[in-house]
Amino acid sequence: MGVDARTLVSMRDLVIRRASDDRPVLDGINLRIRSGEVVGLVGESGSGKTTLGLALLGRIRPGLERIRGHVRLEGEDLFSVPAAELAALRTARLGYVAQNALEAFDPAWRLLRQTTEAALLHGLMGERTATNAATSLYGELGLPDPEELGWRYPHQVSGGQLQRIMLAMATLNAPDLIVFDEPTTALDTSTQETVLKAVRRLLRKSGAAALYITHDLSLVTRIAQRICVLHRGRIVEDAPAEEIVHRPRHPYTRALWGVAAGVRRSRPVPEQPLLELRGIRTGYGTGPDILHDVSLQLARGRTLAVVGESGSGKTTLGRVIAGLLPPRAGEMLLDGEPLPPRLKDRTQEMRRRIQFLHQSADGALNPSHDVFMILSRPLALFHELSGRAAQQRAEELLEMVDLPPDILHRRAARLSGGQKQRLALARALAAEPDVLICDEVTSALDAVLRNGILQLLNRIQERTGTAILFITHDLSAVRAIADEMIVMHEGQAVEAGSCADVLKAPQSEHTRRLLAASGAGSSRFMPAGQ
Amino acid sequence: MTHRARIRPTSPGNISPVQVAAATIMWFYVLAALLAPLIAPYGEAEIVGEAFAPWSTQHWLGTDQLGRDFLSRLLYGLRNSLVLAVTTTLLSFLVGGLAGLLAATGGRIMDTVLSRFVDVIMALPALIFALMLLTVFGTGAMQLVLVIGLLDATRVFRIARTLAMREAAMDYVEAARLRGESLRRIMIAEILPNVKAPLLAEAGMRFSFVFLTVATLSFLGLGLQPPAADLGSMVRENATLITYGDFTPLIPAGLIALLAMAVNFLIDGRLEEEEGTIHGG
Repeated sequence: MGVDARTLVSMRDLVIRRASDDRPVLDGINLRIRSGEVVGLVGESGSGKTTLGLALLGRIRPGLERIRGHVRLEGEDLFSVPAAELAALRTARLGYVAQNALEAFDPAWRLLRQTTEAALLHGLMGERTATNAATSLYGELGLPDPEELGWRYPHQVSGGQLQRIMLAMATLNAPDLIVFDEPTTALDTSTQETVLKAVRRLLRKSGAAALYITHDLSLVTRIAQRICVLHRGRIVEDAPAEEIVHRPRHPYTRALWGVAAGVRRSRPVPEQPLLELRGIRTGYGTGPDILHDVSLQLARGRTLAVVGESGSGKTTLGRVIAGLLPPRAGEMLLDGEPLPPRLKDRTQEMRRRIQFLHQSADGALNPSHDVFMILSRPLALFHELSGRAAQQRAEELLEMVDLPPDILHRRAARLSGGQKQRLALARALAAEPDVLICDEVTSALDAVLRNGILQLLNRIQERTGTAILFITHDLSAVRAIADEMIVMHEGQAVEAGSCADVLKAPQSEHTRRLLAASGAGSSRFMPAGQ
Repeated sequence: MTHRARIRPTSPGNISPVQVAAATIMWFYVLAALLAPLIAPYGEAEIVGEAFAPWSTQHWLGTDQLGRDFLSRLLYGLRNSLVLAVTTTLLSFLVGGLAGLLAATGGRIMDTVLSRFVDVIMALPALIFALMLLTVFGTGAMQLVLVIGLLDATRVFRIARTLAMREAAMDYVEAARLRGESLRRIMIAEILPNVKAPLLAEAGMRFSFVFLTVATLSFLGLGLQPPAADLGSMVRENATLITYGDFTPLIPAGLIALLAMAVNFLIDGRLEEEEGTIHGG
């Protein structure tokens, strides 16, 4: 692509706010896409990616309002074009591929009719021409039996096929710009690959410019020439793909890489474990044993996942370490020193070093307290911070977990579910712990919030070197976060080892069953709680 | 709490007319109580004429059974009753509320000791027990406050304990324990804010009942000692007038009712406000 390639679309100082609370969703976006250029847009959920993509098409979703800024398509301001004209313009020159093809298609109409509808509606093609064009596109996209496919209904094809048909729909009119909004996120890995190839082929052939939106940094580097990183409504980094891969400048981009890598980089294992449990046996009251002879080791800066079904004793294990339930037998060592079984026998320093994150942040945060109160207690108890110093540190902690500092005086009860879990995490971090016990912290959250928390945990571990004991029943979370794992079943650790080994070649029958039940861990939606 | 549903502020953040009226009435009571010695035309125990004299320009509300000015007695009675009710309610909530919180958070032994002690006291008929205590310790405003306050505290204890028990099982209390908060801090800073609302509602009720208890004890000669006036006793002492078609004795009764209503409306308003902030309006 030549340096002198002309600008196709440009976005200047675009500010879009949520009408309900005046929070900016996009905060001064400047973006230029030259003709034929493929630009990747990367960011976490909630960073404003989709809003930006739609704005490129001259659309603003209900509930949002544009405060200022323009989007120009070859000089023409999309926001000042009359609605009818804009629709025609979109059909002819712009394409959009949505994240979830299944929702984007009308189940009652045949695929061919939906593919060609816009072209026919705006008189861009005759019916015969449109049908032929669609059929040949199907073929180019590697869809089976292109002649016949168009006569099927959406439910008669697979998700990956549907996504490709949507690509056909978006490119039928040979648009100048196509916006891809996470077109492969909902697909499993092998289908993802097929679709991605189709996208690449299509773009190369048509010469259209594209904005490819995704949260997956490693994926976008394979398709885009330039990558923009969006964080909290601002573009924090905009550089050639090459540079983003090898020399990411913004810390947020670097953090994204940490997650995008999928499998965590293996770090050298320190020789002495930070936390060690030997032969722990325990139960409640005078009841039967819930844990039988459980041992584990957790090293500094690493994450150990404790996996099991509900009732397997994994939460009990976390409570034993936290000092909430004294073991009946066995010993616990922290940095080689014996750790008293009861919370009240532990020193304040020991309490600081081991922090516990509850499953439901809803219950773990006092609803009458405001955010500052919640953060200032551990600061006062563990670090003797108060007044201005505590306030400053509290703001830093909010920043660390991606919460805006202006919620400092909001009551905990007024925060959203995801915000509460982040706040609970910030409170645990206030102690600057060596060990962070996370008890099913993501199981009550939806997929988007869950991923956010997992990324956050990884990033924080990177920064602070905290060891994490991650208790969960969700194997896909284990993949994203853990170095080692132990599998619990009926109070016993039936398998232990590095995540890669256990997930690839499980030794115990029970682990195999767990893996099979999790469906290769591609769960997009988690059931709430247990 | 069926009465709560009926009174709603027009919109959250706005104070309803009922609230304004209740607050005005409260201020009127407080002013009357504070200024009683200044605005009362005659002394509290001063005998100024015939017994049971009718309303006149000299004695606006007539005189009582001993020939004391009824209006003056009413103002002093208001003052005495208000002070008595406020201090008694405060005492019962301080003692009962704290003991309840302690029972809920201080572990099983603490809970057993406190709960069984309260059970024993509640097993005794309250009035008889109060009579016994007052006979032993003598009568007087101070003894009255202590006896009624402590007996009421047993009921407050039960409510506070039940409410706090539920909160004590929450994860935020566990989180507080995990970071090494003191028991006192857990009670006062963590649990109390979350049980405050229902306790406040109960306080409104208790406050009204104190008038009745004082009146009952006064009837038995163990309440406020003559010649001190209190609203409850004034109803009783002058009750015979009603038989003659004179409704003057109903005035102190009405004042008690009005006060009880105003207090409860005010508390309702506070609760609505509280709920508004906790549950996001």
